[in-house]
Amino acid sequence: MREITYLEAVREAMSQEMRENKDVFILGEDIGVYGGAFGVTRGMIEEFGPERVRNTPISESAIAGTAIGAALTGMRPILELQFSDFITISMDQIVNQAAKLRYMYGGKGKVPMVLRTPAGSGTGAAAQHSQSLEAWMTHIPGLKVVQPSTAYDVKGLLKAAMDDDNPVIFYEHKLLYKTKGDVPEEQYSIPLGKADIKREGTDVTIVATAIMVHKALEAAAELDKEGISIEVVDPRTLVPLDTDTIVESVKKTSRLVVVHEAVKRGGYGGEIASAIAESDAFDYLDAPIKRVGGKAVPIPYNPELEKAAVPQVPDIIEAVKETLNKRITTHA
Amino acid sequence: MKRTIENVESQFEMFQIINEDGEIVNQEAMPNLSDEELKELMHRMVYTRILDQRSIALNRQGRLGFYAPTAGQEASQLGSQFALEKDDFILPGYRDVPQLIWHGLPLYQAFLFSRGHFHGNQMPEGVNALSPQIIIGAQITQAAGVALGMKKRGKKAVAITYTGDGGTSQGDFYEGMNFAGAYQAPAIFVVQNNRFAISVPVEKQTAAQTLAQKAVAAGIEGIQVDGMDVLAVYAATKDARERGINGEGPTLIETLTYRYGPHTMAGDDPTRYRTDDLDNEWEKKDPLVRFRKFLEGKGLWSEDEENKVIDQAKEEIKAAIKKADEQPKQKVTDLISYMYEELPSNLKEQMEEYKEKESK
Repeated sequence: MREITYLEAVREAMSQEMRENKDVFILGEDIGVYGGAFGVTRGMIEEFGPERVRNTPISESAIAGTAIGAALTGMRPILELQFSDFITISMDQIVNQAAKLRYMYGGKGKVPMVLRTPAGSGTGAAAQHSQSLEAWMTHIPGLKVVQPSTAYDVKGLLKAAMDDDNPVIFYEHKLLYKTKGDVPEEQYSIPLGKADIKREGTDVTIVATAIMVHKALEAAAELDKEGISIEVVDPRTLVPLDTDTIVESVKKTSRLVVVHEAVKRGGYGGEIASAIAESDAFDYLDAPIKRVGGKAVPIPYNPELEKAAVPQVPDIIEAVKETLNKRITTHA
Repeated sequence: MKRTIENVESQFEMFQIINEDGEIVNQEAMPNLSDEELKELMHRMVYTRILDQRSIALNRQGRLGFYAPTAGQEASQLGSQFALEKDDFILPGYRDVPQLIWHGLPLYQAFLFSRGHFHGNQMPEGVNALSPQIIIGAQITQAAGVALGMKKRGKKAVAITYTGDGGTSQGDFYEGMNFAGAYQAPAIFVVQNNRFAISVPVEKQTAAQTLAQKAVAAGIEGIQVDGMDVLAVYAATKDARERGINGEGPTLIETLTYRYGPHTMAGDDPTRYRTDDLDNEWEKKDPLVRFRKFLEGKGLWSEDEENKVIDQAKEEIKAAIKKADEQPKQKVTDLISYMYEELPSNLKEQMEEYKEKESK
């Protein structure tokens, strides 16, 4: 199969859809000849013109509000926010408007829009351009939240997001843009709410999201040398969450480590851990659930400190080993 | 160095067609309306005044929920709506229920909206409107999007959105105008300046002498209109609409008006921030009184006709409340089913749980 980058997969997913469906258009800052902050839309304005690849003023609230207005009248907008941190500026439109309109209109209104936005640290973009705030979005009923980790997944999940009639928050990780993978040329869809087992194993389950999927896979390869067999589960979508796949995996391994780049406190890992605590898998646990997440600090500009603020491969290995060394003891 | 701020407001002299005595003061601007259309405007204003009185009473009896009184603002609300066509799209604020009704929302559904029943927000097919926005100013950026959608589809129609003077302090107000301006989208932004954002007078909200001049910064057309003069509001909106569909861009219309009642029926007492003198000054400008004088002068209106409208309004309101009462109660399963196009697994579980409870 043909290999392309995660970034090219995002662009291809949009371009193919825009050729098929005239109602789809993109709006965002500098997405025209500039090609977007990370170059995702480069070349698209040449093919689709300035009306369908629409440069906007620096006006996140209006970008979101305009997308909602257009969606309510039958268009299918994709809005690109340059950095996911800027969701803060469009928060009312996302939280109080997009997420709620279908419900408030008794099912007689819909907001089929995809908010695409690059998230995460690792590019030296510092405190206001590097955060992972996806847990906020998962807390809002009415939204769907997607966090693809591979080129294959990002293309299929974006297709599903564009086909979805609900507002979808689609987090692309900046450091994943250049990663390559096998991606079919034709359009395909990966259902939202279907986790993927990225590596099968028997001793410990690691549930990891976005870039942490790759770090977990690296950790698994290291641990394999020591005879420890890791199963890596990538939920791919946080809302809806494929709890069944995670539960089944934990039943098999009896140990769970949850890893995300977002600050651990209040992060989505807490939701995954709670889902296991509430499920049949709880009885199967041989050790307490371990969460690995970012430190509760703003992302530093200094590259060494930046790395220290978010989980790295050794942190994951250490967490796995702690889990293996701890046992739940029954007190008499 | 040239100072620019002085006398900006002089460009925004209030546009008026008939004065407080019902006399035409601007013959040139008189809209081309038939006698029947003029009478229809009066009919709608009288009807809406009665609807407001009945709604307040029903709210006090506990038979309506959230309600924002409209008396005083009829000319601003109905004059602008009268300039619209069926294809035009309304994005109202929470006081703008009358425009929805005259755009096609059945009265009983307006009552259901007040009661928080979802059917009140289910716009009938062909009624191009959103439900009243509750977040101040949020509808303004959405209006830019609706207008953009219309432009892209080549529709000869406009998006019209309403807010009050208070809404013009929101960032969304500027962002929405600026967006629509940048794309020359067919949008009309109506600001009903009723002089108070709940309790804060407009002079304390902004240093701008007029709200219409806020259009200048966005590079769009702005006009200040006598919001108690239904013909002036109609003419200004009609003009904005024509320019919008001709690709000449959006317009900001500030209507100078007044709400006689409280901000909403949820415990506001305007005597804490308004004087009797101010109330009296504005009641002299009343839109119904002046338009009645104008029509009587033309021999188009009589007490008999007015009474007929009042009786009709009362009858229809009674029937609409009855119909609202007959609506099936909302069920938790309904609410769950409206969340997403397809139920995610966690909501499927909740659905089963409540289906069982509701079957008992």
